[in-house]
Amino acid sequence: MISPAVEITGLVKRYGRTTAVDGLTLRCARGEVTAILGPNGAGKTSTIEICEGFLRFDAGSVRVLGLPPGDPGLRARVGMMPQSGGVPQAIRAGEWLRLVSRFHARPIPAGALLERLGLAEHARTPFRRLSGGQQQRLSLAAAVIGRPELVFLDEPTAGLDPQARHACWEVVGELRRAGVSVVLTTHYMDEAERLADHVAIIDRGRVVAEGSPASLTGAERQLRFRARPGLDLDELLSALPPGSAAKESPAGHYIIEGVVDPSLLATVTAWCATEGVTTEDLSIERRTLEDVFLELTGRELR
Amino acid sequence: MTPATVLDFTPAPGAAPLGRMVAAQAGAEIRAMLRNGEQLLLTMIIPVLLLVGFSKAPLLDVPGERVDFVAPGVLALAVMSTAFTGQAIATGFERRYGVLKRLGATPLSRIGLMLAKTLAVLTVEALQVVVLVLVALTLGWSPTGNPLWAALLILLGTAAFSGLGLLMAGTLRAEATLAGANLVYLVMLALGGVVLPLSAYPAAVEPFLGFLPLGAFTTGMRAVLAEGGGPPWTALCVLAAWAAASLALAARTFRWE
Repeated sequence: MISPAVEITGLVKRYGRTTAVDGLTLRCARGEVTAILGPNGAGKTSTIEICEGFLRFDAGSVRVLGLPPGDPGLRARVGMMPQSGGVPQAIRAGEWLRLVSRFHARPIPAGALLERLGLAEHARTPFRRLSGGQQQRLSLAAAVIGRPELVFLDEPTAGLDPQARHACWEVVGELRRAGVSVVLTTHYMDEAERLADHVAIIDRGRVVAEGSPASLTGAERQLRFRARPGLDLDELLSALPPGSAAKESPAGHYIIEGVVDPSLLATVTAWCATEGVTTEDLSIERRTLEDVFLELTGRELR
Repeated sequence: MTPATVLDFTPAPGAAPLGRMVAAQAGAEIRAMLRNGEQLLLTMIIPVLLLVGFSKAPLLDVPGERVDFVAPGVLALAVMSTAFTGQAIATGFERRYGVLKRLGATPLSRIGLMLAKTLAVLTVEALQVVVLVLVALTLGWSPTGNPLWAALLILLGTAAFSGLGLLMAGTLRAEATLAGANLVYLVMLALGGVVLPLSAYPAAVEPFLGFLPLGAFTTGMRAVLAEGGGPPWTALCVLAAWAAASLALAARTFRWE
């Protein structure tokens, strides 16, 4: 049986008295994009650095392509993009990429990859003079140039401008189509929703929920509208089918949950008409990963 | 952005042959050393200026031609500047910026990285020797002795200074290594017998200076190239001892990040 890209069981990592990863269990399938989503300090980077073989761990087990992290057999098979650093400050962008390409047997041509990531005109610029976004893109290029089976991307789009973010997303999409397994960390829920086949939401070093973005956000929809604050929600609820819920949060922002269908919409608008309430921004939406995170942890993602 | 460029990301992993990886990394390190102005000052400019200055100006009271006395000491200084000062500073900052950690995780591996660093240091030293020998010859240098012994001294000196440089780079903060390595260069320049014979120092410290790596190195180089002596056993033994001790200690204490 083919081993998963990454298999983590009961992982624990402590720094002194702080427990950064607290019994984390996660399986990343081959050929899929797995997003580890969580707020800063949730243990995302510790987890990924353990998988990369850079950090020791205190308990649990980790297998990367069936091997222990840091196994010499993984060096050519796994590409990695650290959150920052890892590149000599004075080396030119093109030189760094060509150098890394020479460590591999069948690399993607460095020039084509620079071109693809919009770095061609910066090929002769020393690393320290590149903008933050350009440095990130160069780091991404170095992670994939050796045509690895598995790529770890630690916060690949943190601090990028929208254009660079899209370039990064496109590359992740292409990697996925080419059959590369991708494990990335992010605290952007739109990034996880858009890129990932599998999302693991982590908080305080544990997986609190996981699944496909659709299964996490569920089929449940919400009706949202704005109106004057202080509407009598109990009266509204009595008009709605049993099992519905209504809340005002913050003042003037209303959310109705339950079986959001045309008759519910009609009931709500009819009630508003009899109350003389004009609604604004009335919409029916799916829950977002942000909502899921808030429900699970009682805290905002960022 | 040019979305038109289609790249083949289909997995096809594999390491390049070790020789190719080491050659590529050594090439990058050599370019970095030759491009860095401060390093060039220590490895090329100061040695050439000392060689020309102390050979031309009547500052030294030494037997025979001044250049015959100065050239061997300056060659030793040049080796120290590359193997110790330059290597310590560069490696210290590579460690600080996570480059060592990153390269160690590529197919190059840590062993490949160390081989590349050694190859780069030896190549730059070869360039220094060529430049300094040419300058010395135009100044009228007439070396004697067996160049094989000088080469052996250079190899052992490189090993000893590399060990000391990596010991600093692998344990101290990058800024401390930068300051420390430059300070050691200056102190050694003053006390290592580069342009002064060790006998010119006070009798109380002279024997001690001969057991420092640069003192042993310059004395040995002079015994071979200026005096045409046989194998400089004392210098070879002192350098070998420094090399063994510093490399063993560096291997035990080196932190990759």
